[in-house]
Formats: sequence, structure tokens, C-alpha cells
Amino acid sequence: MSKMHVKLTVNGKQVDGLAEPRTLLIHFLREDLKITGPHIGCETSHCGACTVDIDGKSVKSCTAFVAQVNGAEITTVEGLTNDDGSLGVLQEMFREHHGLQCGFCTPGMITRAHRLLQENPNPTEEEIRFGMAGNLCRCTGYQNIVKAISASADLLNAQKEAAE
Amino acid sequence: MTDQTLTPEERAANLKGMGCARKRVEDVRFTQGKGNYVDDIKLDGMLFGDFVRSPYAHARVVSVNKEAALALPGVIAVLTAEDLSPLGLHWMPTLAGDKQMVLADGKVLFQGQEVAYVVAEDRYVAADAVELVEVEYEELPVITDPFESLKSDVVLREDLEGQTEGAHGPRKHHNHIFTWEQGDKDATESVLAEADVVAEEMIYYHRTHPCPLETCGCVASMDKVTGKLTLYGTFQAPHAIRTVVSLISGLAEHNIRVISPDIGGGFGNKVGAYAGYVCSVVASIVTGKPVKWVEDRMENLMSTAFARDYWMQGKIAATKDGKITGLWCHTTADHGGFDACADPTKFPAGFMNICTGSYDIPTAYLAVDGVYTNKAPGGVAYRCSFRVTEAAYFIERMIEVLAIKLNMDAAELRRINFIRKDQFPYQSALGWEYDSGDYHTAWDKALKAVNYEGLRAEQAQRIADFKAGKTRKLLGIGLTHFTEIVGAGPVKNCDILGLGMFDSCEIRIHPTGSAIARLGTISQGQGHATTFAQIIASEIGLPADDITLEEGDTDTAPYGLGTYGSRSTPVAGAATAMAARKIRAKAQMIAAYLLEVHDNDVEWDVDRFAVKGAPERFKTMKEIAFAAYNQAIPGLEPGLEAVSYYDPPNMTYPFGAYICVMEIDVDTGEWEVRQFYALDDCGTRINPMIIEGQVHGGVTEALAIAMGQEIAYDDMGNVKTGTLMDFFLPTAWETPNYTTDHTVTPSPHHPIGAKGVGESPNVGGVPAFSNAVHDAFRHFGLVQSHMPHDHWRIWKIANGLGMHG
Repeated sequence: MSKMHVKLTVNGKQVDGLAEPRTLLIHFLREDLKITGPHIGCETSHCGACTVDIDGKSVKSCTAFVAQVNGAEITTVEGLTNDDGSLGVLQEMFREHHGLQCGFCTPGMITRAHRLLQENPNPTEEEIRFGMAGNLCRCTGYQNIVKAISASADLLNAQKEAAE
Repeated sequence: MTDQTLTPEERAANLKGMGCARKRVEDVRFTQGKGNYVDDIKLDGMLFGDFVRSPYAHARVVSVNKEAALALPGVIAVLTAEDLSPLGLHWMPTLAGDKQMVLADGKVLFQGQEVAYVVAEDRYVAADAVELVEVEYEELPVITDPFESLKSDVVLREDLEGQTEGAHGPRKHHNHIFTWEQGDKDATESVLAEADVVAEEMIYYHRTHPCPLETCGCVASMDKVTGKLTLYGTFQAPHAIRTVVSLISGLAEHNIRVISPDIGGGFGNKVGAYAGYVCSVVASIVTGKPVKWVEDRMENLMSTAFARDYWMQGKIAATKDGKITGLWCHTTADHGGFDACADPTKFPAGFMNICTGSYDIPTAYLAVDGVYTNKAPGGVAYRCSFRVTEAAYFIERMIEVLAIKLNMDAAELRRINFIRKDQFPYQSALGWEYDSGDYHTAWDKALKAVNYEGLRAEQAQRIADFKAGKTRKLLGIGLTHFTEIVGAGPVKNCDILGLGMFDSCEIRIHPTGSAIARLGTISQGQGHATTFAQIIASEIGLPADDITLEEGDTDTAPYGLGTYGSRSTPVAGAATAMAARKIRAKAQMIAAYLLEVHDNDVEWDVDRFAVKGAPERFKTMKEIAFAAYNQAIPGLEPGLEAVSYYDPPNMTYPFGAYICVMEIDVDTGEWEVRQFYALDDCGTRINPMIIEGQVHGGVTEALAIAMGQEIAYDDMGNVKTGTLMDFFLPTAWETPNYTTDHTVTPSPHHPIGAKGVGESPNVGGVPAFSNAVHDAFRHFGLVQSHMPHDHWRIWKIANGLGMHG
């Protein structure tokens, strides 16, 4: 099958490559770019393990063609680590509040939570639960994930206030 | 020394040993997307495997035409049973003493069965080629009901025709697998005949699936130069997989290296050996290249490892004041097309004979008939020890049914029948020796915590309001007191394929006082790298942060039977403590030498050996470790390491009291969990944070199972719930918050008194949710209704009881 040239910005870096028109974004990220944080859990948009951030929106990359997002700015969980290599706020809070067990859903969860807190910096528990309902976890029962996101919101807001 | 100023308590706290809510060491990788799961493995020249699967549940395979597939550029091979047959690999042994087709050998027995295996240069080409393989089928009559199966003339397993003896005794019919009997049939029947009260009910625990978020997969890599096969895969039992691969492939065991990398949840799904593993190994041997196979979600739900599907006919006898005198159970177990249940060899129905539960029932009888049908094989322990969740669901439903018959409060009925604290160790009528328990204390604590009497008063008011037309919502109070049996198990009666179910730990102390430990288990999210280091820290006085833990590489880790059935802490955790104690024993001799006193004149003090009566004279474990490598100590070998293979003397028996309060809308069938209280007693608690996380997750899996999750078939044997659209996994939106609590009744035979907890919440949670639904409708005449209690089925209950006017 003939291939097309794709250009993306992934985690702040310009990348390009060749892909078939049918190549799924998740496969392009994982196989071509070796960005293996986003995972494949269902291939039908239900589980959210493949969630990435595309131009400011949470997208399940298992059901998007890479061709559809040519030129887009993409953030994956790898891009949420601080520049000095330390854990970002959400990553640290997931660890602090035991918001993960097997870790398979975690990259998608954190990437979705990152966008949720941009959309709504002060979410209630109900809003967190609703906003995270596109991401499935089989291990934690969500209780500690909700705690981790709520604690992240508090921390991020405090940081923002201190900076102002 | 600086730490001379610290109190023993402060020194103990610095170790982050047992009892500490230590943060997980795994999480730094996982939160950054730096885990290494099987699909992350990418080897040079790696090929991809994919299956052609049967669309029919029962059919003859007339022909397989590979030509078009092989003509597609990038396709390397298409394997069928015919290709595997010369190697003797077209069938493989199952864990249950049966055999299973690797690729369809003349016929298929369930929808989604593997028919051909395509190997291609990339996963897209492999998927294209699957579509190009032409298979001609001739449909056969389909049987999806085990009761029908035992009456049918249709022979499902023609390969077994005429065999009247199976792996577990006589076969009564051509679709019958085994009968397994426990307890005293005659005595139980006479108790039933003479009882004041007998309650009888059919309790069905429906077919479901563990569905970890990561599906099953592997990468097989045969190095033709060294003759060594490396097999990476989602294996809950990597060492057992190595032995199985050796036995069925003929490769010498030392030439096989099995590696379980990070595993994205297991829950029993990743215990068995699947066709994908065998085909990938063969493909790698044939091509000389690494071959990856990862199933997609539909393949996962349709073909690998269903759970449950037990039809449990029960009779429970009691005196008129509620003292239980006998229990009878006959189970019809639907095993699908092949008997691939993952149970210890001598237990074809697992530990279903724990079905007397938490109660002192003097007489009992259990029989289980295994049956073939046109459904997927499996029968794995989905977040439970072998068939323990079926047993717990059975008894906890039968108690409720009996309470209705006696017109008694179900909490009180439980209380008067609990095994008393002074009866432990307790011999059950069905053959187990319960190690320890204090059920009355746990029960009273639970009832008080939820204000049980207040809830019943609220419920009475709600019923009155409902009858007065003031509300359309009912209140259900779901009670459960469960007893598990985990930690398989004593080698004398527990083995899998002849491999005794011990487990192991090897600890090496480095000269500077840090350490590495390796175990025969493998974490799938349980946090072993965190908790097992805590056991070692407490036992030998080195900080948990200075201890690396490794599992899952059969070339480096000692042999063990793996992680499932809540066996890691009871068995490998015990091995860890025992290995650490060997190290401490040698450390004592080194310390005595360094302090120039007799071995018996030093005593252990948190992280050091001190001279008895002179605590200021001591050697810390760190100092002792260095001495082990730099001093020539008479009579002692250099170095400081130990290995322990632990054969547990008994299983452990965790227990718990769970209470669910549920609101149910009778007009829509919608439910809402208002409160869920979970008290667990898992003996000694190693890491309370991880225990709590396990309970949250396990109860959520129980919520899924009880309230909607199932593998459903239509009459043609089509799987109706093959995607996550149809197969219910609760989201954060449906999932309630849980209140966790505990009591601590240590196991008397376990070195640190720990019992295991990962599966308790699933075992206890399912009856708690189901009992809540039943309890809501009890006062309107409901006695028994089968799970899963999805909105439609709850609506049907209300409708059947005439509640829709």
C-alpha cells in the first residue's frame, strides 16, 4: 500500500514519517515513534488506555488515523514529565494516592486527567468521575484515581496562585 | 554512630517494613509511560502472528485454502493443524488433564476457535491475510446448555468417543467430563430428611471473563545459533510455562528462557497456556525470527479463559430456631469445548468444597459434574482462589434463602451459625482445616459500623412508603460474611501438571548493605516490588528502599508456581520471610564474631545484633553485610545470601464482612450503591495502602460481575458480549466509594501470619451486591433471581412481582 508523508509535533518535538492511509495513530506512535506510553486495550474507543492529547482535546488514538491528524500537536503521558525528569504533578499525585496498580490504564488516565484539569481547574468529585468516564481501570476501583486528580487540582491551583 | 540516638521505633520506621503504607516503587515508571509490557517489546526482524478463527460454534472444517493469503506480499506462512501435526503440536495438554486443539483438527467446538495462524511482516498485513484464508465449514448442531448436553446424542468430543474414563474418574455420557464428590452423601440426605426446615434453590453463577485491560500476548524468539528460545509473555506462572513449553515442544528446559515483563492485570486470564503461545513458538522456530502475537479484545473475550458458569442446586437444612444442620449441593459445571480449567490436579472443581463458608455445618455433601458444551474453554479463577467465589456466592445466597424460609433476620441467622473463635483450627465437613478466624468480632464490628438496626428501620419505612405510593425506590441491604481458602498450597495435595505448588525466594545481600531478592511469583499490579521488600526489611533490618525485587525471568529467579489464587503472600511471602531468616541466622554468627562474644550472647534489635545486657555494643546489618565480604571468619563461608523454597503446611483462610446498601428504581431497574462497607481480615497486614487499593479494585470487579458483566451466547453459540460495548466494565461514574475496615487474626502457620487479600473483595463483593438486590425485593416475595442484575433483569424482577401496576 502506498505511503504518505506525515508531520506531527509530539511532546514538543517535530517528527515526521511515512504511513499508510489506514495506519492508526496508536500504531504510528507505538511502532514508528517508539512512544509506548499509550497502550492498546480494546481497539474500539471504549477503554481509553490509548488516550492522547491532540490540539487541546483528549482523543482515543486507537480509532484515529495518523493521516487525520497530520500537522497536529500531540501530547502523550511521556510529555507530562517535568523538564528536569521529575514526575509532573498528576504523575506524582497518582503515585502519592495509589491511583494505579498494574499501570496499563495509567498513561491514558493521566493524559485525560491533564486535559480535564485544563477544561475545569476546580472539578467536584462528580465532575471528575464524569470527566474520567471514558477511561477504564480494572485494578483500582477509581476511588484513589479520583483522589489523585482532586489533589492535583489543588496543587496546580496553589502553584498558579503562587506564580501570580 | 548517628543512629545511636534513634529509638528502636524510629529505626523501625526508617526501614519502611511491614505495616508501613509505603509508596510503590513501581509507580515512577508506570506514571511516565515507561512500563515494559509485552506489546512494547520490539525485536529486530520481528514478525506478527494473527489467527483465522471460526465463525461457527460447532462445525466440521472441510478445507482450508491458504493460497490467496500466501500470495499476499509480506505473508511468510500460514499454519494449520496439518502443519503442526508432524510435530505433535496440533493438540496441547490442558491444566485439567484434558487436551485442547491448538488449531482446528477437523472440527471446531466454539465460536472464535483458532483455525489457522498467519505469520506476516507487519500486523496490518497479517490482518489482511487472515481475511484471505478461505475455510469451508459444514455446520453441526450447537449445544450451549450443559443440561441439554448431558441428554444430547450429539457427540461434541469425537476424539474421546468410547472413552468412559477421564482424567478425574468415570464419564457418564459422551459429553460428560467428570463427577467430583466430597463429604458424606448418605448422612447429609438423612439430615435433610429429618430436618425441621429445608430450603432448596438453584443458584446460578453466570459465565463471565477476567478481562484485564491488557490482553494476552507473547513474543517468541528462537536464536538458531545458540539454540535458545526466549519467550516473553503475559504469564502469571512463567516457570510453569517454561516446563510446559519444554514438555510439549521437546526443547530442553535449559534452552528455554521465559520472561514475564510488566503485566497489565491478570485476574486469572493469564494462567493458562493458549494456542497463540504454541503457534508463535513454532513460527519462530520455523522462521528463525522473533514472532509477536497479541490478541485483540474480541479474541480475548471470545477465546481465552472464561470464568464461573456453575449451576449450583442447593439444599440447606436447619432446626426451626435457625441452627444449620446440613448442606447439600449438586453443581453442573459448564466447561465449554475442552476442559481447560486452571485448578490443582486433584481438584477438578477447585476448592468448591469451601462451600460451607463461615458456618459450623456438621454434615455436608457436594457433587460437581463437569460438562462439555459449544463454548470457549477456560474455567479460570477470576480474581479468586479456585472456584472459591462460586462457593462463597452459593452459601451466601443459600443463607438468605434459608432466612426467608425461617422468617429470620439474615444477619442473626449468620451470627448463630458462625464457627466460633474457640473452634479453630476447625475441621469442615467437606474436608478443610480452617487455620484461624474470629467471625463474631468482625460481624459485630461491621453491623455496628453501618448502623444495621437503623438501616432495617429505614427499610421498613421505605416499604411502607412504597406501599403508600410515596416512592418508587426500594432499599436493599446486602450482607455477606465470606471465608476464603487461598495460598495453594501444600505440595502433598496441590500440584499443577505434577508441579508441586510451593514457591520461592532468593535474597542476596550486597557488601554495602543493600540487596536484591528474586521470587518465583510475578506481579500483575499487586505491587510485589514494594511489599516483598517490606517483609525483608522487617526481617533483616535493611531499609526497603535499598532492596531491589525481581520476578518473572526464569533464567534468574528461583522456580515457583506463580501468582494467582492469592498465593503470592501466603506462599512466596512465607518463602521471603524464611530466606530472610536464614540470612539473619548467619548474620548473628558474624555479629557475634565481630563483637567477640558467643552466638547466643547477641540478640536481634530491629536492624542490628546487640550484646545481651549491653545494647551499646552492637553491629548493624549494614556492618555485618560488609564483614560478610571482607572478613575471613572461621567456620563461615564468605557472602550473605539465602534461598528458600516454601511448602506451606496448610492453606490460609482470609475472611471478611461486607455490607452493601443499594437504592433500586423499580420502574427502570436502575440501581445506585449508596454505601459499601468492606471489613477484611487478611491476618498480618504488610502494606495497608496496597490492601485498601486491592479491596477497592476487587469490589469494583465484583460490582461488574454482580450487576451486568457476562459472557452471553445465543442458541447458535454466537458470543453476544464480545466487545467492551456489550461486556460491562464499570466506569468511574457507576463505581461508588468504598469504606474499608479490618480486623487482624494472624494465620498461626504462616511465618509472618499473613493470609492474602487480593481476591477477598471479589469473593465477598459478588454476594454482597447480589444479596442487596434480593433483599430489596424480599419483602415483595422474591426468593431467588439469577445474576447479572442489569437494569433489564431488575426491571423484570419488579415486573414479575406485579410491581408495575
